This record gives sequence, structure tokens and C-alpha cells, in this order.
Amino acid sequence: MIIKEIVIKNRAGLHTRPAAALVKMAAQFKADFYILKDDLEINGKSIIGVMTLAAEQGAPLKLRFDGEDEQAMSDAIVGLFERGFDEA
Amino acid sequence: MDEKLEITPQEKQEIILRGIPASAGIVMGHAHIFTKHIPRVEEKVILLDDAPKEIERLRHAVERSEKELSKILSYAEQKIGNSKAKIFEAEIMILNDVVLFEAIYNRIANELKNAEFVVHDEITKYQRLMLESSDEYMRERTHDVEDVKNRIIRNIQQEKLISRFAGRSIIVSQSLTPADTILFSRNEILAYVTDMGGVTSHAALLSRSLKIPAVVGLKEATKHVQEGDFMIVDGYGGTVVLNPSETTIKEYEVRNKRYIEFEKRLNDLRDLPAKTLDGQRVELSCNIEFAEEINFVDAQGSDGIGLYRAEGLLMGRDTFPTEDEQYREYNLIAEKCYPRKVIMRTFDIGGDKVVSQAGEEENPFLGWRGIRIGLDRPEIFVTQLRAMLRASVKKNVWVMFPMVANVKEVRKAKILVEHAKSSLRSQHIPFDEEMKIGVMIEVPSAAVMAGDIANEVGFLSIGTNDLIQYLLAVDRGNENVSELYQEFDPAVIRTIHHIIKEAHEHHIPVGMCGEMAGDPVATLLLLGLGIDELSVIPTVLPEIKKIIRSVRLKEAKRIAAQALKLSTEDEVKEFLKAHVKRVSPDIPMSETE
Repeated sequence: MIIKEIVIKNRAGLHTRPAAALVKMAAQFKADFYILKDDLEINGKSIIGVMTLAAEQGAPLKLRFDGEDEQAMSDAIVGLFERGFDEA
Repeated sequence: MDEKLEITPQEKQEIILRGIPASAGIVMGHAHIFTKHIPRVEEKVILLDDAPKEIERLRHAVERSEKELSKILSYAEQKIGNSKAKIFEAEIMILNDVVLFEAIYNRIANELKNAEFVVHDEITKYQRLMLESSDEYMRERTHDVEDVKNRIIRNIQQEKLISRFAGRSIIVSQSLTPADTILFSRNEILAYVTDMGGVTSHAALLSRSLKIPAVVGLKEATKHVQEGDFMIVDGYGGTVVLNPSETTIKEYEVRNKRYIEFEKRLNDLRDLPAKTLDGQRVELSCNIEFAEEINFVDAQGSDGIGLYRAEGLLMGRDTFPTEDEQYREYNLIAEKCYPRKVIMRTFDIGGDKVVSQAGEEENPFLGWRGIRIGLDRPEIFVTQLRAMLRASVKKNVWVMFPMVANVKEVRKAKILVEHAKSSLRSQHIPFDEEMKIGVMIEVPSAAVMAGDIANEVGFLSIGTNDLIQYLLAVDRGNENVSELYQEFDPAVIRTIHHIIKEAHEHHIPVGMCGEMAGDPVATLLLLGLGIDELSVIPTVLPEIKKIIRSVRLKEAKRIAAQALKLSTEDEVKEFLKAHVKRVSPDIPMSETE
């Protein structure tokens, strides 16, 4: 299991478009992926779940990966967060 | 039986309902009440053997729902364009949420509960979490989720959505989702009338795009209106008249005829300048939010765009558009308008559009808005300035800042303009080096300091909507005090007089882009006070032009001087109304008083 702590970098937080990008990327991996914000944990492969987070810019999140390709998945997902979901 | 049920129109009382004008036009017709189908969900236990069948039923329902939504999406794309249709994509994404549906399928199989109960229970959990959010955007998403949930349940229950109506009707509803608005427009809809909603609600924006008259925010329309009731909808004034008397019908027919005649006379008026009888030219331009509106603006004979609200670019999306995306839109507008001028306003948004460090604000109107956000988030501001500068190559773009309260902010903003310019220069990207920068005067402190601000910039534009609210300490949205929102309060007109005088003393032009600019009652006064430009909504432009063309500047000046001496709003208004009626007797003035 891998746990990463990250901060939302893109301006509009985890709204629909970034949420969709995140879920799409997560779907490419087998490992389980959970996002923890405050005391709420949601499945990172669920768009409705990620939408519920409404995580704003600067919000700290804990990401949990668990499964055979967890390392590759963690690299890919953390990279996506760090690039601000490839948004200008 | 039939005879007993028949009620002659005279027996019903005429009721006038006031709401918010959301989309222009006057129509008369019969009401069709649309009651949102809220599916009844009962918890039922199913047999173990029936579980696969139940799951199959749900799969079908999801498929059907997706088909419905894809149809709405493509219909919306045709009718209102791709970018505005985007609001339907989120709902389709939820239908494809693997995690959500796995949980639902598992619960059906394990708990042996009926599909609609499990769907309702699972999705409502997420809605509750969303409703806890203070973010306006999130709460709007709750409506999308509600729509998806009800759509799936309706399809499980195999109820057909009735979206086709015979005949021409006025849709009366508590609220309309964007999907309803789009879907119903395939019928011959005369108008939309809703209890809820504001001018900026999605349904209002969509009805404007669809050119269907609409009045929203009526609060209790569905309580008063019955199926088939005859009614008048006035999308100009925001009024709905239920069971109108013969006299009222005639009155509205006359008003409607005047509007239509005005539109017919457009051709005569269109190519004539907005010039007083003694030759004083006033610039008469339009306010727009979307590039598509420019064709309509052209048809009205406008001198250009006096206010382009860039916020239209943010509609239905949750991230800021990139510089290139912005540039494409700004450039399209500048090119379509060329050689006429476009005044572009930088984003006039509140903290709800940008995630604020401060969280929810208790008093957003006095909070983090407009230029305040621009100066605190220079990366957003400079991106926009670069895009606007790039669109200025043909020298017909001016840029102005909203919500400025003091000179310091103007200076800071100018520094950022210089930043944007020098970065473009170093990249050899062309722009208009002399692009004019201006300030929207809408905060009383800026009005008081108009002279000092005028010293810093190339033009001023008076934004009356906010200026009046701030000056009179009245929230127009608050019913308890909205009566006190008075355009013709002597304090308002004296403040406008001060701003115009100060601008002219500093030799810069001053325009007006608030609602007051488009009020025929105000035209003579504003002319007389020396306004250089009036920017109005396109529908009222011909009226205003007509008034300008019916008076001498000398006379308008005399009227303005007299109006400035009056000490109550009633006196000012009566005085001005009498003069407008005398100068231009056939102007259809609003009957709101």
C-alpha cells in the first residue's frame, strides 16, 4: 500500500473536468485508489465520488493506492495532480 | 357536467405577478403546467431468483437514460452551440460511473432490494455530501445529480417523459432544469414562466439563446396559475398577467404592436446616427456576453459594443479558459465589430468563481470581487490582459476594470497591463500599443474620486446597477428594501452629474453601461448631463435612438439642469416622464409604476 499527501494546484480545484481526467487515468490501473479529505474517504475511480469532494485549490488530500500496480498508478496520479491536471 | 365546469373568463380575477425578465418578448396564450415528475420510490424485497432480472431492468434503464441525455446534448449543441451544451456532459459521466453502479448492482444482489430503491438510496448519499458544501458550484451540481437520479428511476419504472405538447403553450413550472428547457423547445413554446430562478440561472440563459420569452423568479406562479389559464407574459418588463381583463389585453396588444412596429421601423432607423436635432452625436452601443449576439446587435444599428462581459466564457465550466481560448473569443468579437469599437471588461466575478482563501463570504457584494480578485490573482488577470491585448491589433478594443474603489487599484492594474505588454513585446506578438484602458465607476468612493481616476485612464464608464445599490445601501434582490432601489434618486443623478463633469474636466470620454442607460425615461437627462456614450441591451436600442433623434441638445441640457434641482425621486421621475412623452409620444414606456 502506498500513501501520498498532495495539495491541489489547479485554480478551480477538483471540479468536473479535472475530476473526469483523474477518474479516466485511475481506470487504467488495477490497484484500488482512495482519496481522503478531512474525514471523508471516497473511491478515486468514481466520478460522482470525486465530484463530492469539491476539493478547492490548496486543499490537502491523502491518496491511498493498494494493489499490484500501485507504484505505477501512484506515479501517474501524483504526476497528474502536480501538473495541475494539465490545465493552464 | 361540462356546463358546470365551464368558467367564463370574466369570472376569474385578473392577477398581476411580478418576476424577473429573463428573455425578451410579449406573448399571450394558455398555460401548460409542467409538474416535475418526482418518482415515488418504495422499498421492496425481491426474490433471490429475481435479482438478475432486477439488475437487467436497471441496466436497461441506464442505457435508456444515456440515450435520452445524448439526444439532449446533441440537440443542445445544434441549437445553442457546443460550449453552452457542455452542461449536459456531467450527467452523462455519472451514468458511466463504474464504481457507483457496481455498488448498486451488488446491493441489489446481496440485500435483495428493488432497483429503484437502491439507486435512490445510493445516489442520495452523494447528494447529501454535496449539499453540505458552501460552494455555489457544488450546489448546482446537486441539481445535475438529482436529474440523473430521477431519470434513471423514471426509466426503471418505464414511465415515458412527456416532453411533447400539442398546440402552442406557455410553460408554467416551479423550476426548469437545463434539460427541460432544451427538450421542451422542440414544441411550439410561447414562453417560459417559473417560480424560481434568476437572470443568471441556466434556464434563463438558455431561453435567451433559444429566443423564447421568459419571466423567472415569480415565487408563486404555480400556485395561482391553473392548466389552460389564459395569460400574458411580458419578458421585457418581467410581468405575468393572469386572466387579463379586456382592457389589459388591449393595453398589452398596443404595447406589443409598438415593439413590433419599432422592430419594423428598424430599417429606417438602423442606418441613421444617434444624433440630436441640433447635430450632437452620441455613441449608442450595446452590452453583450457572447459573440453570437453580435449579429443581433448589428441588426439594431449599434455603434459598437459598450460592454462585453467576459464572464460568458466561464459559463458551464469550472476552470479558467487558457489565454488562447480567450484570445479566440475576444478576437472573434473584435473582428466581427470592426471598425466599430468594443469595450471589454475584465472578469467581473465574485469569490464563488475563484476559490477563495477566505472561504465563504458573509457579504459578497462588499467582498472579494472584480478587480480585487484580478490584483490578488495576477496570473488570471495577466492571462486575460494578454488575450485582450492580442485581440486589439486592429485598434478597436478598449479594456476596462470592474469594481475599482480607489486610485491605488487603478495604478496597480496599470502596472499589470504594462507587464502583459512587455511580455508580448518580448515574444514579438503584435498588439495595439495605444489600447485605451478605462475604469467602470460603480463604487461610490470611485465616483467621488472620479477626477483623480480620470487622470490615470483613457475613459470612464458608469455602471449604474451596482453604483445605485452601493450609493443607496439597497440590495435590489432583497424584497424588503428593493422598493428603495431608485434610479432617479436625486443622490444618484447628482453623482452621475459629478462623474461626467470630472471626466470632461480631465478631457476623457465617459459612457454608461448599466440598466439606466437603456431606460427611455433617463435618456433626456443623460444627454443633457453630457454623456458621451450609452451602452444598452440590444432590444431597447431603437427606442433610445429615437429619443435622442427627437430632441435638441440645448433642450436636454435645460431639462437636466432642472432635474438636478429636484429633491425626491418621485419629482425627478414625473418631471422626466412628462418630457419624454412630449418629445417622443409613441415611446412604449414600461408600465411598472
